[in-house]
Amino acid sequence: MRYDMSLPWWAWALMGAGLIAFIAMIAASIRRNNGVKRSLFAAPYTLWMILFTVVPVILIAYYAFTDASGAFTLDNFRHFWDSNYTKNQLYASLGPEAAAFITRGTVNVDTLVYSLWMAFLCTVISLLLGYPAALFMADRQMKLGPSLVVLFIIPMWMNFLLRTIAWMSLLEDQGLINQFLRWLGFDGVKLMYNSGAVLLGMVYNFLPFMVFPIYTVLSKQDPKLGEAAQDLGCNELKTFTKVTLPLSLPGVISGITMVFMPSVTTFFIPRMLGGGNSMMFGDLIELNFLTEGNWNVGSALSLIMMILILVSLSILRKADPKGEGGGMV
Amino acid sequence: MIKFLKKFYLSIILVFLYVPIIVLIIQSFNAGKSRAKWEGFSLKWYGELFADASIMNALQVTLSIAVLAMVVSTVLGTLAAIGIYSMKKRPQAMMMTLTNLPNTMPDIVTGISLMLLFIFTKVERGYVTMLLAHITFDVPYVILSVLPKLKQMNKHCYEAALDLGATPTYALTHVIIPECKQGIITGAMLAFTLSLDDFTISYFTTSPLVQNLSTLIYSKARIGIEPTLNALSALMFVALLILLLIVNRRTADNSKA
Amino acid sequence: MKKLICILLLLALMLPVCASAQEVVNVFNWEDYIDETVLEQFEQETGIHVNYMRFTTNEDMMVQVEANPGAFDICFPSEYMVERMLNKGLLAEIDYSVIPNAQYILDALRNPDYDANNAHSVPYMWGTVGILYNTEMVVGTVDSWDILWNENLKNDVFMMDSIRDSMGITLKYLGYSMNTRDIIALETAKQKLIEQKQKGIVKAYQVDETKDKMVAGEAALAVMWSGDAQYAIDLNPKLAYCIPKEGSNVWVDCMVVPKNAKNYDNAMKFIDFLCRPDIAQKNCEAIWYSSPNSGAIELMGTAYTDNYVMNPTDEEIARCEYFHDIDETFMPIYTALWQEVKNAK
Repeated sequence: MRYDMSLPWWAWALMGAGLIAFIAMIAASIRRNNGVKRSLFAAPYTLWMILFTVVPVILIAYYAFTDASGAFTLDNFRHFWDSNYTKNQLYASLGPEAAAFITRGTVNVDTLVYSLWMAFLCTVISLLLGYPAALFMADRQMKLGPSLVVLFIIPMWMNFLLRTIAWMSLLEDQGLINQFLRWLGFDGVKLMYNSGAVLLGMVYNFLPFMVFPIYTVLSKQDPKLGEAAQDLGCNELKTFTKVTLPLSLPGVISGITMVFMPSVTTFFIPRMLGGGNSMMFGDLIELNFLTEGNWNVGSALSLIMMILILVSLSILRKADPKGEGGGMV
Repeated sequence: MIKFLKKFYLSIILVFLYVPIIVLIIQSFNAGKSRAKWEGFSLKWYGELFADASIMNALQVTLSIAVLAMVVSTVLGTLAAIGIYSMKKRPQAMMMTLTNLPNTMPDIVTGISLMLLFIFTKVERGYVTMLLAHITFDVPYVILSVLPKLKQMNKHCYEAALDLGATPTYALTHVIIPECKQGIITGAMLAFTLSLDDFTISYFTTSPLVQNLSTLIYSKARIGIEPTLNALSALMFVALLILLLIVNRRTADNSKA
Repeated sequence: MKKLICILLLLALMLPVCASAQEVVNVFNWEDYIDETVLEQFEQETGIHVNYMRFTTNEDMMVQVEANPGAFDICFPSEYMVERMLNKGLLAEIDYSVIPNAQYILDALRNPDYDANNAHSVPYMWGTVGILYNTEMVVGTVDSWDILWNENLKNDVFMMDSIRDSMGITLKYLGYSMNTRDIIALETAKQKLIEQKQKGIVKAYQVDETKDKMVAGEAALAVMWSGDAQYAIDLNPKLAYCIPKEGSNVWVDCMVVPKNAKNYDNAMKFIDFLCRPDIAQKNCEAIWYSSPNSGAIELMGTAYTDNYVMNPTDEEIARCEYFHDIDETFMPIYTALWQEVKNAK
């Protein structure tokens, strides 16, 4: 198959101009002080990021504050608060019979609250499951660490969509778990198409993101600290609560961020395992853009999502000012 | 006893992580199409896999974009890391904020913002736009893996090279780059994996004509069962495992030598 | 290092090359809506390469067509979407002088009210919306939409995640027209759908996933398009299809050419090809929808005419209704109502 790789002429012109400017800048700096000014090396990247990260974000803001004709409006945010906003305006114009049906639509706000709640649950469960796992992996006496890390990474190589679909074949009414239960003589249980299934899918997909940062921090911890605490009379539990746990907090915070953020915005998992019964915020954004073609409202929702995440991140950063948690591995 | 419990706990978590994958691999050998019923062993889905033009196309798109995005973002990111490293404090902090920005944006917002950019500038979405998007989300990861290596480097090495008569360019290619080689390789591998696995951003930045594996799986999953995809993922899984073993052997050999 | 470069070069060989001079036609069709060997046959016979793309609902298609101008040469909207595209001035006229096979289109489908004289659209398939049910899981006869609100079927019904279809059948069940703009009717329908969800009858809202799940016996009932239903019945004889007595939707999916299409002539050739009786027969036998092509129907004989799903009786057709476009000024009402249904807990 062959693909059209063509770009508009101005895109080529822009790229060419950028490249020439970069080379010229380097050349000029070489001539001036007999050496490359190395901070210039970041110039292409800066340009790239401005073009493909900063400008797009500005575009989201632009669409969020304008209507279809491009005029300034706050209606998109009113639409967030009242998902029936446009409908109600139409009803009001259609006479008293229709006006009787005017109510505030809570779809967007409900969905946001539901997504935050699900993401919260997912984060808590991942933390409860992941912390002990990271702790045991980092346990020096067991000598498991690095090889287990690999075992945790390997599943992530398989496309996450396929792994989620594989859960379907386990959870369905005629699925493997129910077949097994029936074989044991129990009644089948309804496992698919509810919040529980969505939660399971989310925990499954995001658990490694909780385990890695915690493991990294724990494995770097000086074992002498724990020994010192025990020498000073702490029992194992106290050593854990007074020494290990507080020192691992940066990893926990980094883990929370890495689990919470993708879980608020996931839209594939709720659709496959939840059967479209309850939308999450990612679904809503996708619906507005790709099914309803309503980019202005969709942009407003994205903007709200972004601000919400930035606020929660900055709160988390306060708890880990030095950013010791690091990223993955 | 406690040791056993710890191991038991870890194995339960690992079982949880691996069960769907094992199910998937077993299903790829199922003669029937059903997800739940075993209808005998067969390799027919593997045969159909290679005959399926749309899957092969998607594979080609996925791999070629992952390679291209990896190469471009590694060059761009390594240059940028060296640049950022030699900046003064204030601009350095600004550049770090810029680098961390995409990490704080959910995938879906990144995808949508790029889609809006392409629509706004009337660039037809397709292969090129997907590539641009992939490079965009890859570069920060390269920078974040190269920068720490630069910071670990002994500053005097570079100066010593200059004192010994090396030109700055020579010192760059013969001192700085070899010093942070490990970081560059990590960054490149990270970029490749991320690009291979991305769904959300690709979904919004391509047209229905150009599909990578993720977007193809997404549309196929909506129609119904497609055992060929199980076969494909089983193959890719095994391929990556072998790659991992080779890399491990090599690093083991290196550390011995 | 050299090895690395070798590997990179090798991988670079796989790169898709720039668009070549080969003739192409960009086709945007529904998921699972053609016999794919037909595409190869077209390529062999004409030398024109088919870039084949797929969509899930009319609404998704419309967004893509508007967001990617020039990307598609042929699309397959349903009749109400044809109407909207026409109103928006998006469609090019069909040049019937190069489509001799259009002569096979059934008289009943000619000169429809959504597109006078078929000037901009050629029928591709048609069908109905009905109930696909598992005769082992449903007690009694199924002949009414009423069963979708039957509390004995808790967590056993797949609804369609398509705004017009789900709202339409509910309106029909309540005795209204599917195209009504009466606010009271629409609000009642919404209430009815919310009631259905709150009683726990709905298992999931989805579109293309349903047919394989019905084959596997995942649910007792599903609201479904006739062709998907026939596909499922063919794989699982316990399944049966019914067009409820209150009436339902009958639809026609058409082939249209957007105004900004880059390969108009190739699009005409492709349309003509799909109208050829042997090709229309192949497609019909692959996807099980009703054919608008008299030549194909003749070729299929009793296998087609005796099939109650593909060839509904005149009486069944008479109680069905076509959709008309809900224009953009009224659509927000529909969208908001449907969102409330999906959001109900």
